Amino acid sequence: MIDINSEIEGSYFIIRISGDVDASSSIHLDNAIADAINKQPKYILIDCSDLNYISSAGLGVFMSYLQEFEAKDIELVVFGLSKKVFNVFEILGLDQLLRITETEGQAKKINA
Amino acid sequence: MSCKLRKGKHQNSYMLSLKNFTRICILLAIISWISLLVTDLVILFSDINNINAGISPEIPSLLLNLFLVFVFLFYKYRIGKTDGVDFIAMLWKVFVIGMLTTLVSVGIMAFYYVLGNSQLTQNLLLINFFYHINLGLIAAFLISTFITWKRLILYQKSKKLIRVWQIFEYSLLASVLFNFFQYNIFDPFFNLIFSLLFAMGLILSVNLKWVAYLNFKQKWKSILLLVFVIIYLYYFLNNLIDYSNNHNLITDLVNNVFILALFAFIFLYSIFSLLVILFNLPTSSVFEQKLEEVMNFQRLSQSIQAGQKEDQVYEILLDSAYSAVMADAAWMEFEDKDNEELRVLFRNTNDKEVGTIKNYLAQRKIRNLLDKRLGRKTNAVQLISSLKDARFKSVLLVPLVVQKQKIGSLALLKEVEEGFNREMIDIINTFANQACISIENFRLLAEALENERYKEELKIAKKVQSSLLPKSLYLNDAFEIAAFSEAADEVGGDYYDVYRINDHKFAIMIGDVSGKGTSAAFNMSQMKGVFHSLVQLDLPPDKFLIHANNALSRCLEKTSFITASLFIINTERREVEYVRAGHCPTLYYNSAADTTNFFKNRGLGLGILRNDSFEKYVHVNKFSYSSQDVLLMYTDGITEATNHDGMEYGYENLQLIVKQYHNESPDYIQKKIKDDLYDYSGNQPINDDYTALIIKFK
Repeated sequence: MIDINSEIEGSYFIIRISGDVDASSSIHLDNAIADAINKQPKYILIDCSDLNYISSAGLGVFMSYLQEFEAKDIELVVFGLSKKVFNVFEILGLDQLLRITETEGQAKKINA
Repeated sequence: MSCKLRKGKHQNSYMLSLKNFTRICILLAIISWISLLVTDLVILFSDINNINAGISPEIPSLLLNLFLVFVFLFYKYRIGKTDGVDFIAMLWKVFVIGMLTTLVSVGIMAFYYVLGNSQLTQNLLLINFFYHINLGLIAAFLISTFITWKRLILYQKSKKLIRVWQIFEYSLLASVLFNFFQYNIFDPFFNLIFSLLFAMGLILSVNLKWVAYLNFKQKWKSILLLVFVIIYLYYFLNNLIDYSNNHNLITDLVNNVFILALFAFIFLYSIFSLLVILFNLPTSSVFEQKLEEVMNFQRLSQSIQAGQKEDQVYEILLDSAYSAVMADAAWMEFEDKDNEELRVLFRNTNDKEVGTIKNYLAQRKIRNLLDKRLGRKTNAVQLISSLKDARFKSVLLVPLVVQKQKIGSLALLKEVEEGFNREMIDIINTFANQACISIENFRLLAEALENERYKEELKIAKKVQSSLLPKSLYLNDAFEIAAFSEAADEVGGDYYDVYRINDHKFAIMIGDVSGKGTSAAFNMSQMKGVFHSLVQLDLPPDKFLIHANNALSRCLEKTSFITASLFIINTERREVEYVRAGHCPTLYYNSAADTTNFFKNRGLGLGILRNDSFEKYVHVNKFSYSSQDVLLMYTDGITEATNHDGMEYGYENLQLIVKQYHNESPDYIQKKIKDDLYDYSGNQPINDDYTALIIKFK
C-alpha cells in the first residue's frame, strides 16, 4: 500500500512516498521523517508525485514535526502533489504553513 | 421433576416389599428350623422311651427342606440385589458369616470340654440340639457363600452363561426333594445326582473374570479370605461327618445331596479363584500401571474443564509422567505465560544436578545435529541419552509445544542405563501432547474471553459516545435542522453539536478528529468539553477558535488534530458568522439566486499550530440568510468515500443533491444524501467516520 524511499542529494534529504498513507501506514512515514531529522540535513524534500491518498492520520504525522523543523532550522518542501491531495492540504490550511511546489526542480531552487 | 418423584416413590415401595419379603423368608426359615428341632427331639425322645410318637419320617425331611429353601430365598434376594462390585466387601461378608459359625461350633466344643465326661455330654437329646444349631449355621454359611459366588461368576455375564447358571441353580434347589427318599451317601443314585451337580459346578467355576479387576493389594486380601473359606469348609465338613459317625442323628446332613453339592461347588470355586489370583499376582502391577496411565490421561484432558490453572496441568503432567515410567527423578521447565519467566519444577533432584545434566546434553545435542545432517535416523524432537559418571544413567527429554511454539520441556531421569523403552517413550509423548492440548485450549479460551470482554467494552464505549452527540436538535421558528453520524469502527471521531446561547443566538459546530477508532473517540469527547466550556461565554467565533486551539494544543497528542467549522446564527438579525478551522468547506444553497457554493474561507485545523501564530490563520466570514436557504455541513468521510473503482464521492455529488432537493425538508435531504452515498459506494466498506448536518432557514 505504501512505499517510502529516502535518498540524500547534497544538502537535500529526499523522501519519496508512493501509494496510500492511512492510519496504519502513517507509521512508516513517521519513521522516515524521524530518520531524516536524525541526519540533520538543511532541507527535507518530500516527493508526493506517486502519493495517491493521504488520510488525516497521515497529515497528522507531517504536522507533528512542523515545530521541530522550525526549532532545528530545517527547511521542509513538499512537491509533486496531485490535485486531489493538494486539495486535502489546502482545506486543512497546510498550504499556508508548508512550502509546496509543483516539481522537484522548483523545490530545490526554493532557497537557492 | 414429577416423573423423577414418581420413579423414586416406585423404587421405594419396591424396595420395601423386597425388604418385607426377605424378612418373611428369614422368619419362615427360623420357624422351620425350630419345628425341625422340636420334631427331631420328639422323635428321638419317643425312640429312647420306645413310644410311638406317630410322626412319619417324611416330616423332618419336609421341615429341613423348607428351612433350606427359605434360607436360600432369603440370601438370594438379600445378596443378589445389593448393588456395587466391591469384591473384597463381598468376600469379607462370607468370611464373617463363616467366622460366626465357627465360633458357635467352637463354643459348643468348649462346652463339652468343660463338662468332661459327665452324664450330660452323653445325652442324645442335647447332642441333637447342638447338632441342629450347627446345621442351621452351616447351611446359612453355605447358602450365603453360594449366592456370593453366583455374583462373582455372573460379574460379566452373557446370555449363555446366565442360562447355564439358572439350570445349575434350579437343579441344585430341586435336589432338596431328593431328601424325601432317605438315600444315603453310598447309594449309586445319590452319587449320580451329586456327580451331575458337581460337573455343572465345575463348568461354571471357570468364570473368574472378576479377578482381573482386583489390584495388587486386593488380590492379597482375596487370597487370605479364600484360604479362610477353604479352612471353614474343611472344618464344617469334618464337624458334620464327626457328628454323623459318632452319634445317632434324626436329621443327618451328610446324607443330604444338596448340602454336599454346595460344599463341593464352593470348594471348587474357592480353589479355582485362589489359584487364578495367585497366578495373576505377578502381572497385576502391569495391569494397574495401564489403568493408572488411562486415569492420568483422563486427568490431563479434563484438567482444564475443572477450571484449573496452567500450573496444575504442568504439575499433573510431571507427576503422571514420573510415575508412568517409574522414573527416579524428573524436572520440567516452562515459560510462565503471565510474566514470561522460566520456571522449573523438580522431583527428587535439584538445581545443581539438573545444571550438570543440561550441560552434558548441550554437548550431546551438537552431536545429534551432526548425526541428523549425515542422514542418520535420530529423533531430533526427543532426546534420549545415556549419561556417564553421574547418579542418573539415562534421560528422556520431551519438548512441550503449544501453538507450534516450544513452551518448555519435560525431562525424566533413571538411575539405570537405557531405562526407557519404546512403550514408555510413547506414553510420555502422549501425556505431553495431551497436556499441551489442554494448555492450548486453556489459552484459546482465555483469549476468547478477553476478546469478548473487549467487545463488551467497545459496546459500552459506543453507547457512551452516542450519548455525546445531541439527542434532539433545537426546534425553533428560525430554522429546521437534521443530522446523522456513523462511525467506521465501534467508536469514531466525528462530532457535531448545537447550542442555544440565548433566545436569538445559536452556535452550531461540526468537527472531525484526525484518525479514527478509539483514540479519535477520546479526542472527540475532549472537543465536546471544549465546545461546551467556550460556547457559554458567548465569544465571537474567531476568539472561540483561538481558545479552542489553545485548549486542544495542550491535550491532543503530537500527531492528532481536529478540523472544525463553527456557525453562530443570529435569528433576530438573520445573520450568520462563521469560521472554518481546516474543516471541509460548508455547502450553501442561496435560494434567492438559486446557486450553491462552498465556503472556502481560509483557516487552519486545531492543534496543528500549537502557539499564538494560530491567530493569523483565523478568518471570520459573515452572511445574511433568507428563507429557504440551506446549509450543509459534513465530514470528509462522505466526500472521500470510494466506489469499487476507488473513485471518491467528491463535492459535486453533494452539490447535485442539494440543488435537486433544496425544496424538501432537511430530514428528506439527509435521507437522500445517505441513499446516494450508499448507492455510490455499493458494497465497498466506508472506512472513515461520516457525518452530515443540514440546516434549512425559515
